[in-house]
Amino acid sequence: MTKRANRRDLWIAMGFLLPNFLGFLIFTAGPVIFSLAVSFTNWNLQKTVPFRWSGLENYALLLRDREFWLYFVNTIYFLLGIPVAIAGSLALALMLSQRLRGIVVYRTLFYLPSFTSGVALMILWKALYNPDFGPINALIERFSDLLGLGLTAPQWLLSTRNLLGLEVEQVRLASRQVGLGARDAIILMGIWTAIGGNNMLLYLAALTNVPQELTEAAELDGAGRWAVFRNVIWPQLAPTTFFIVVMSFIGGLQGGFEQARVMTAGGPAGTTTTLAYYIYTKAFEEFQIGYASAVAWVLFIMIFAITLVNWRFGSRELNY
Amino acid sequence: MSRTVRTVLLYLALSLIALTTILPFLWMVLASFKPLEEVEQLNPFPTVWHPENYRKVFEQIPFARYYFNSLFVAAWVTFLTCLTSAMAGFAFARLRWPFRDGVFRLYLATMMIPGVVTMIPNYTLMVWLHLLDSYTGLIVPAAFSAFGTFLLRQFMLTIPPALDEAAAMDGASPWQVFWEVILPLARPGLITLAIFTFMGNYGSFFWPLILIKSEHLRTLPIGMLFFDTNYGRQTNLIMAASVMNIIPLILLFVVSQRFLVRGIQLGAVKG
Repeated sequence: MTKRANRRDLWIAMGFLLPNFLGFLIFTAGPVIFSLAVSFTNWNLQKTVPFRWSGLENYALLLRDREFWLYFVNTIYFLLGIPVAIAGSLALALMLSQRLRGIVVYRTLFYLPSFTSGVALMILWKALYNPDFGPINALIERFSDLLGLGLTAPQWLLSTRNLLGLEVEQVRLASRQVGLGARDAIILMGIWTAIGGNNMLLYLAALTNVPQELTEAAELDGAGRWAVFRNVIWPQLAPTTFFIVVMSFIGGLQGGFEQARVMTAGGPAGTTTTLAYYIYTKAFEEFQIGYASAVAWVLFIMIFAITLVNWRFGSRELNY
Repeated sequence: MSRTVRTVLLYLALSLIALTTILPFLWMVLASFKPLEEVEQLNPFPTVWHPENYRKVFEQIPFARYYFNSLFVAAWVTFLTCLTSAMAGFAFARLRWPFRDGVFRLYLATMMIPGVVTMIPNYTLMVWLHLLDSYTGLIVPAAFSAFGTFLLRQFMLTIPPALDEAAAMDGASPWQVFWEVILPLARPGLITLAIFTFMGNYGSFFWPLILIKSEHLRTLPIGMLFFDTNYGRQTNLIMAASVMNIIPLILLFVVSQRFLVRGIQLGAVKG
């Protein structure tokens, strides 16, 4: 190709790329740099304190910020739902991949919650979880009476209890906190929403790509169903699993905002406040833009680090 | 285990899971037709059906306005995203230019940037541009998508290169190749992107929440949030509003399922 033709190609390509690239510069690249710069300032929209560069002050403050660490733990706690949801998606996909009549109907039904997810469904779940008149506790109580179990229904979104027994307002464990509470309610709702969603469809597609000769050969050799799954199907699914795990962690770490804003206001006692919701309250309710940007960057670095770890771990797994 | 027993067990398990999926929706629909005092009772069906609950929603809040705002904004965002993504995808998939693959990798890397990082600067940008509380502020920042570019590039790569070469030979300009040859062939990819974008924007929460101050510009999720906060005790009306909120999504799902399933599988795995 001549130099002149080359240059003409470049101009044409730039023409096509320009609208998207401008948007990318203005709304993604620019803001990332701006946000980093702001995290080194004391910028506050409300106070009359004069604007100044504060260096690493926000980051030092953040390390000593008790709230930050509590919400950090909450954010990690919410990630516990991810492996359950992924395993559930895989189980559903395995069931749907059997060639049976009416399977499309089931697939459609399973996909419904993730397709309609959002504020409306969160408001719905808030009503379902209501300890006084919600149908979930009504069912638990009726079931308990029927069998004479004497169960006490959980207080769901009003309770600080959790399955691990994390203490309130302190980062440590306490046995009296063991139980089902707001955090678990949000995780359960998340699993209900995600289990039949895109991840299930991805697994379903990957399963149809597993060469049938492989599974048949293994079965002929007398391998049981579990052995076939573990040794033949699971390794074939590795790239899909890897992709799903990476995307789920990226999404999970920055999640929890809508749930907190719509369902719990981050409570009770801050137990459902995630880092994303903390950033929102700092920036848009307390107007501490500098500090909020620093928290956002710490979150960004966490996401980046976890993705890198996943890559290293994942690419080793993939070389079977 | 015999084959029949296994099939029966499989159907049983599938039906049980389907029931768990459906029950919350069912409760929502039934609660939306109940009088308020029956919402907390366990009788599954209302003793008297109250379809006027739906009318009452429109009387208490400007729900029609929220509907219009959501559909209007989502439609614009979808149109602009598809256009800008298709053009960029064309540049990455069908044109040859220096640093192309490097720039593309940069695009891919930006998909990892969390929204919370860019949200604050974008908000300040809107303040400076006086675009707070406006349709433009809702639409324009959402009209550029690295994911969309990626999806359409993948799609356009599968179109045989001989086609554009033949068109170019016939004297077609690059724009004509794009508009008349590649775009029609990339239609399934475009439809997939359009569905994803529309859905995502219809449910968009964070951005409208911080951007919109006046009631007449609220989109459905924001309108729902304030309806729930201010009239939270009227569970039956809230449920009626929720049902109306998800109806467009269900309609969209019914007409687009075919494209959607294929699109998800194409865009995500065959990277």
